[in-house]
Amino acid sequence: MTGAAARRGKAMARWGIDARLLIFLGPALLVVLALFVYPFLYGVGVSLTPSEGRQGIFSSYAAFFGDARERASIWNTLRIALPVTAICLLLAVPLAYRMRRPIPGQRPISALFVVPMTLGVVLVAQGMLTFLGPAGWFNKALMGMGLVEEPVRLVHNYIGVVISLIIAEFPVVFLLLLGYASGIDPNLERAGRMLGAGAWQRFRRITLPLMMPGIAIAAALSFVATFAVFPSAVLVGEPAGSTRVIALAAWQAAYERFDFSMASAIAITMAAIELLFVAAILFVRSRLYRGPSTGGKG
Amino acid sequence: MGKKRKGLAGGLSAWLVYAAVALFVVLVGGVFLSVLMNSFATSWFGGWLPDGFTGKWYAFAVDEFGLWNVLIVTLIVALSVTGISLLVGVPAAYALARRDFRGKSLVLGLLVLPLLVPPITYGIPLATMLYEYRLAGTLAGVILANLAPALPFVVLVMTPFIEQIDPNLERAARMMGAPTHRVFTRVLLPLAVPGILAAGLLVLVRTVAMFELTFLTAGPNSQTLVVSLYYAAFSAGIRPGQSIDAMAVIYMATTLLLLLAALRFVNPVNMVMRVRD
Repeated sequence: MTGAAARRGKAMARWGIDARLLIFLGPALLVVLALFVYPFLYGVGVSLTPSEGRQGIFSSYAAFFGDARERASIWNTLRIALPVTAICLLLAVPLAYRMRRPIPGQRPISALFVVPMTLGVVLVAQGMLTFLGPAGWFNKALMGMGLVEEPVRLVHNYIGVVISLIIAEFPVVFLLLLGYASGIDPNLERAGRMLGAGAWQRFRRITLPLMMPGIAIAAALSFVATFAVFPSAVLVGEPAGSTRVIALAAWQAAYERFDFSMASAIAITMAAIELLFVAAILFVRSRLYRGPSTGGKG
Repeated sequence: MGKKRKGLAGGLSAWLVYAAVALFVVLVGGVFLSVLMNSFATSWFGGWLPDGFTGKWYAFAVDEFGLWNVLIVTLIVALSVTGISLLVGVPAAYALARRDFRGKSLVLGLLVLPLLVPPITYGIPLATMLYEYRLAGTLAGVILANLAPALPFVVLVMTPFIEQIDPNLERAARMMGAPTHRVFTRVLLPLAVPGILAAGLLVLVRTVAMFELTFLTAGPNSQTLVVSLYYAAFSAGIRPGQSIDAMAVIYMATTLLLLLAALRFVNPVNMVMRVRD
């Protein structure tokens, strides 16, 4: 026995694992295993345990995909998450590109974009109901300028959720991309200019490709966050109809019908869709240029 | 920035970007000002400005929502989560920064995953599990649930920070005969304080703002500010809208204060996780 233990100890040492490493790293790993990995596996188990009235291990999944209203929640969510991600990127890429060099006041400007992060979903929702509502300042201004005859409906529908998610996600995407864009060596662009490349060509052929890894990460994070939209879909959306998103479907299964098997099945489905999307993006990213963006000397 | 790039296309695209950003600022500013204005309004029907101003909704929020209780719960949850995740996370970050071992990338992957997967996805199974162990609805349950993303966040923020502390300093201390725990408390910790403060404040902000996990696991007496705010907004109509707005303003002031404190230590650019490979 002791011989086996000693052999195991030697193998661990060869792997660079010793008592001190375990003391430092062990507690953190235990927490993640207990509070993330185990619940996840537990959820998979619950989702495969049929609840009353259903039979077969996949019955909760079958019930979710078999019900047109439940199934529609996937499409409802994609219809929100994909455009929001695209809009955030389309706005943030050019802006990060313009702000890639330190300009006077860059820090206050980027701090300004952090402020929406502090607002919180409920404040944004409440504010949108007042500001963008039929009697709000926005509609008043539009009507005052004669742009519209009647108040535009911007809340309690699909558009409301899209707007509130852009407010929440755009700053994250922008700050992430700014980090990547400002890390690109300016000499690369100078070299491009010296070789006769115009502004558009320099952006298209030098900066954009070097920003691509950042864009991929931003797209993945933004999609994952928006695909899980929950509070704003309820508060400024139309939770009984077009914005009945998948997170809401999962929540209703768990806390309104107390069908935890179904709720777990929906949560696992949600995670699977997200991981598929992230994997697809990382796959595309792995085929792009992955070299340094700092430029060599000499 | 150039006199050269003023091609029509370049100028036009620049204007489009500026217009979009201006629209964003107007939107966020309008949203914020509407809430602020309404929280001080006696009533506000259809006019450009409210019919009159009052501070009573703040007093109302304090009484009606049991604001002090909610704030105390929020404080306990946020401070416990921050404390525990620093205590467990900083040593882990140290190990990851200084050591190489088999399976390190697996460990890193395990730590990134809780930050990548949105809370509601694992929050539902986690809440189910906490119900099973009779922890859901208690303060302990809320703290445990919030640790799931907070701890990996601390580890991933602290690892690069510790990496850039010169290991020679530790070696020198050790060579002069300092035992490990003294190297840790006298050399490493003082140098890591700015990083620890930044990570701690960011975790504090994220925990105060964490809606989903607290929402899924909290009971009536363990709701944090965001969650009770959500319930108030969800059941609008029961209470005057102005009092909900007053609560929302209090919430924002709290997170803004924390965030401004955090911004003293970190550049906003590094505020969102920067994934490097």
